[in-house]
Amino acid sequence: MSITAYELSHLDTLEAESIHIFREVAAEFERPCLMFSGGKDSLVMLHLASKAFWPARLPFPIIHIDTGHNFPEVLEFRDQVIEKLGARLLVASVQQSIDDGKVVEETGPRASRNRLQITTLLDAIEEHRFDALFGGARRDEEKARSKERVYSFRDNFGQWNPKNQRPELWNLYNGRINQGEHIRIFPISNWTEVDVWQYIRREKIVIPNIYFAHNRQVFSRDGMWLADSEYVTRTEDEKVLTRKIRYRTIGDMSCTGAVDSDAETIEQIIEEVSATRITERGETRADDITSETSMEDRKKEGYF
Amino acid sequence: MGLLRFATAGSVDDGKSTLIGRLLYDTKSIFQDQLDSIEATSIQMGNDYTNLALLTDGLRAEREQGITIDVAYRYFATPKRKFIIADTPGHVQYTRNMVTGSSRADLVLILIDGRHGMTEQTRRHAFLTSLLRIPHVVVCVNKMDLIDYDEQAFEAVKKEFQNFAMKLEIPDLTFIPMSALHGDNVVSRSPNMEWYQGSSLLHHLEQLHTASDRNHIDARFPVQYVIRPQSGEYHDYRGYAGTVVGGVFKVGDEVLILPSGLTSTVASLESFDGPVSEAFGPMAITMRLTGDIDISRGDMICRPNNRPQSSRYVQSMICWMSEKLEFEPGMKLAIKHSTKSSRVIVADLQYRINLETLHREMNPDSLALNEIGRASLQTTEPLFFDEYRRNRNTGSFILIDEATNATVAAGIIVGSGV
Repeated sequence: MSITAYELSHLDTLEAESIHIFREVAAEFERPCLMFSGGKDSLVMLHLASKAFWPARLPFPIIHIDTGHNFPEVLEFRDQVIEKLGARLLVASVQQSIDDGKVVEETGPRASRNRLQITTLLDAIEEHRFDALFGGARRDEEKARSKERVYSFRDNFGQWNPKNQRPELWNLYNGRINQGEHIRIFPISNWTEVDVWQYIRREKIVIPNIYFAHNRQVFSRDGMWLADSEYVTRTEDEKVLTRKIRYRTIGDMSCTGAVDSDAETIEQIIEEVSATRITERGETRADDITSETSMEDRKKEGYF
Repeated sequence: MGLLRFATAGSVDDGKSTLIGRLLYDTKSIFQDQLDSIEATSIQMGNDYTNLALLTDGLRAEREQGITIDVAYRYFATPKRKFIIADTPGHVQYTRNMVTGSSRADLVLILIDGRHGMTEQTRRHAFLTSLLRIPHVVVCVNKMDLIDYDEQAFEAVKKEFQNFAMKLEIPDLTFIPMSALHGDNVVSRSPNMEWYQGSSLLHHLEQLHTASDRNHIDARFPVQYVIRPQSGEYHDYRGYAGTVVGGVFKVGDEVLILPSGLTSTVASLESFDGPVSEAFGPMAITMRLTGDIDISRGDMICRPNNRPQSSRYVQSMICWMSEKLEFEPGMKLAIKHSTKSSRVIVADLQYRINLETLHREMNPDSLALNEIGRASLQTTEPLFFDEYRRNRNTGSFILIDEATNATVAAGIIVGSGV
């Protein structure tokens, strides 16, 4: 920790703010849970949670919404990380929701399980009676998120109402809810993509290797490189080629785009991210560029 | 590199969105896909130019109605500092939004259209800034390009604001003449205003000294969470986790715990990264004490010769934020102060502030949405507090309606007693 004249660096300030939020939730809620995807933001979240409760273990379980369309490298990584932490992992499966007839698989070349996860997530919340769910969303990611509170209230349908958010003052968070309602908690709301990478470097957080440049079989769609996998149906024009790429975000294989990159170290990633002129979601998420307000629309339904 | 949080305030057409757009654009914090997106939307909406306000107006209702309904947060960085902007809309619900956006701010930017001078809105913003004790204020006298970059015009607005500010408490007040549209004095000094000897806005924001804004005298540590690992290795471990909200704690310090009044000594200050020898705000740490004392969430750790007030009677300024309910004597509400949750009854509503004249309207029946007044509250258990002017953390609270769980008020403590 860098201390000069009782001033903290920006990373120390952000870290302290996040730890405060984790502790506040653990103190005030009965059944919190941390949503984990295996991506960089959720790894930073796990790291912060470990710091908040050290030397105790995490006082809540971790849930992964498994779409069945994950990068295999990320699933393997997830299991290693959770085992090392000694945390309890719950997996809610979109495939199960499909098999149970709760949702219907989309068809066609652009089929994605992105929207289907909402049902799986909300069912898991109901089943486990979670009253608070930590998520790794950041306000710099997307315009609907820039207006979302740290404590984001959800009614008993899991819905977000942007027009009726509780004012959030000082660092006093209002966690009062009725039975069946819950709150999504975003401890890294004020972090930017660069902050996350700088923190990963400083804290030496291990991340999945697909964040680093590697050769992969990809094809071009909507200006992004999508991995050729069993989860996507290519059209005839979409030819597979090998390129040196890396992932800037991690989501489903079917809708997460890769970027051309030579960045093989965290240093090089930070350089690349600092110089980029395109947002991470704009560059790598097919699901977000469907329309101007697609994130807001999904969030209202109960999305992360 | 440190972090500076600032809020923006201004009326509807004073160029606030343009200024934020320019700060983001000139520090390369707007991305190409965001620009493309707002350009496309601008064309679709029939605008002649790219409407930078669309950058901050993200929600569907805002785009459809051309209004801003809530506080939006923006981020940018220069090699010297990271910045968090709370962008608060200038019109409807201005008090609620501005209080929300400014509650954590180190600085507030108040925009004034150089052609018109101060408006009713400016006076309200200045008052709220003073009420919330924002340590630094920058008044941006904007649209200088439309008044020929005239020094006299700038001086007139400055004088007007200074006269008004004499009635307020604003510790650090700076005036900058600018044209946000053309970038004059935003990022670099403007060649159009050689008469202006001060810094550009960005330079000012980068250089601002904020270390003395925090209270480093009155040691305050509200216990947030008790860490008890219940594991073999840490069998008897008991640590008090929380965020330092005032003063400095050092290992070996004698401390006093409220409400018990017992004393102990700081045995260690711990974190995941190892022990530290001293802790200050806003560090989130774990404190261990000597001896076996029963301490729980809501307790306050301080120094024996410097303790906060402990009382069930609180004098406060209330900013009322509910459109459904009015604040009135006899009302019962939930309160969250520091790490303590309790209940209050409104004992008395002494006056309401007329935000246009700043006059006190004595003994009003109630406070409606966006109104501010002074009230005495009685709590069910003692709160450990300081006056807000001494400590923004231990001097603030929120009120919650127990029927709807909505946050209905921001409260600022001005004293104790009935």
